[in-house]
Amino acid sequence: MTATVGKKKRDYSLVGESTRKAIETGLASAEWYHTDVSRKEMKQLMQRSDGPAMRDTIIWFAAIIGSAAGGIYFWGSWWCVPFFFVYGVLYGSSSDSRWHEGGHGTAFRTRWMNDVIYQIASFMLMRNPTTWRWSHARHHTDTIIVGRDAEIAVMRPPDLIRLVLNFVGIIDVWYSLIALGRNALGIVSPDEKSYIPETEQHKVVTAGRIHIAIYIATLAAAFYLRSWLPLMLIGLPRMYGCWHMVMTGLLQHIGLADNVTDHRLNTRTVYMNPVSRFIYWNMNYHVEHHMFPMVPYHALPKLHEMIKHDLPVANPSIWHAYREVWPVILRQLRNEDDFLKRELPPTAKPYREEFHAVNMANAAE
Amino acid sequence: MSEWVEACSEGDVETEDVIRFDHGGRTFAIYRSPDDEFFATDGFCTHEKMHLADGLVMDDIIECPKHNGRFNYKTGEAKGAPVCINLKTYPVKVEAGKVMIQLD
Ligand code: FES
Repeated sequence: MTATVGKKKRDYSLVGESTRKAIETGLASAEWYHTDVSRKEMKQLMQRSDGPAMRDTIIWFAAIIGSAAGGIYFWGSWWCVPFFFVYGVLYGSSSDSRWHEGGHGTAFRTRWMNDVIYQIASFMLMRNPTTWRWSHARHHTDTIIVGRDAEIAVMRPPDLIRLVLNFVGIIDVWYSLIALGRNALGIVSPDEKSYIPETEQHKVVTAGRIHIAIYIATLAAAFYLRSWLPLMLIGLPRMYGCWHMVMTGLLQHIGLADNVTDHRLNTRTVYMNPVSRFIYWNMNYHVEHHMFPMVPYHALPKLHEMIKHDLPVANPSIWHAYREVWPVILRQLRNEDDFLKRELPPTAKPYREEFHAVNMANAAE
Repeated sequence: MSEWVEACSEGDVETEDVIRFDHGGRTFAIYRSPDDEFFATDGFCTHEKMHLADGLVMDDIIECPKHNGRFNYKTGEAKGAPVCINLKTYPVKVEAGKVMIQLD
């Protein structure tokens, strides 16, 4: 193992040296591996319907309103704690998967329903809906390609303090509010400009202004009422309820290869309990989602069964996945090139091994 | 100069579906609408180089398989982010069971 203590090799900006290299080597906008699925089967999997997402959204809204009502009713006593615990997870965690599925337009068949849920969830997450729509498109084009992917959650070498603090949203919220405030002032950063077309940039500013205006109104209400309650309902749940989003979301790519063009090697599928799968809307089938983003969340388990012969074995639980990841993270502190090599089953087709070979010397088996 | 080119047979495209047609170094998408009319557009999405024929046809919309960008395949209109540039469409006629598209 080659130790490179304290020396960062990766430039995660989207307009820097790694960006130039990714374009030069053909890693940017590359053609990615897809497991063979017949057109007939894929057409069935891709089919949209409003039913499952309507059912889930009614449950979701009912749970949000119910837990908020309980929190308000018991405000001032310890009985409000369980209500805000539930409300926080619904607001600060499950909004992530609604944002995600609404953004892809796969949750509902009806377009406006996807758009409404996308806007609401973006607000809950303190994400600029326009910026994040484009950053997510880039994430799908260049998944974990350094210098190209705008959504790499854990950069190398990993920042453990940031990682831990994000379970209560401290750093994320700070940067999100700064970004929204900057956008509200009419400023779009060079990184944002690198993936948002000029014709769309005015929408970034409008969304920033709307979000910031709502937060100012919430703060004003809190001052007026001399109470934390308005902030417990709007804004703060992004912190006290985001732990589930971070716990599940980190597992998508953490510790795996970067700069490859095969989602089987840089993305993780993890089996999860039914409650987490409701909160996460089946995004635990993450390899499947990246390979076939057209497949709605409710069809991902079926897709998983169809293609799992060609994928690395899924982690059997969240706990198992973290036990697998933790030693890799520790090793990456000393050597940022270290990563966990995903084993493909013997029946799987390898793909573009020249990219993988570059880093193989550093891979942990 | 424009020319009519045979793209496929009627039966090659299922109702509410799309197939890919390559000709003269270019690629096209041939659609069959839910009411069995045929349409043709450029084969690649205008966002990135992705074959629309791998996408999903819903009513008069083709959804791109990469980032779910949507176009009206009858008019070529891009329906919003991440697709902002309209798709080029081509005249289509069906003669003796053959789907013909007019290329420029
Ligand atoms: S490539 Fe078609 S929407 Fe991005």
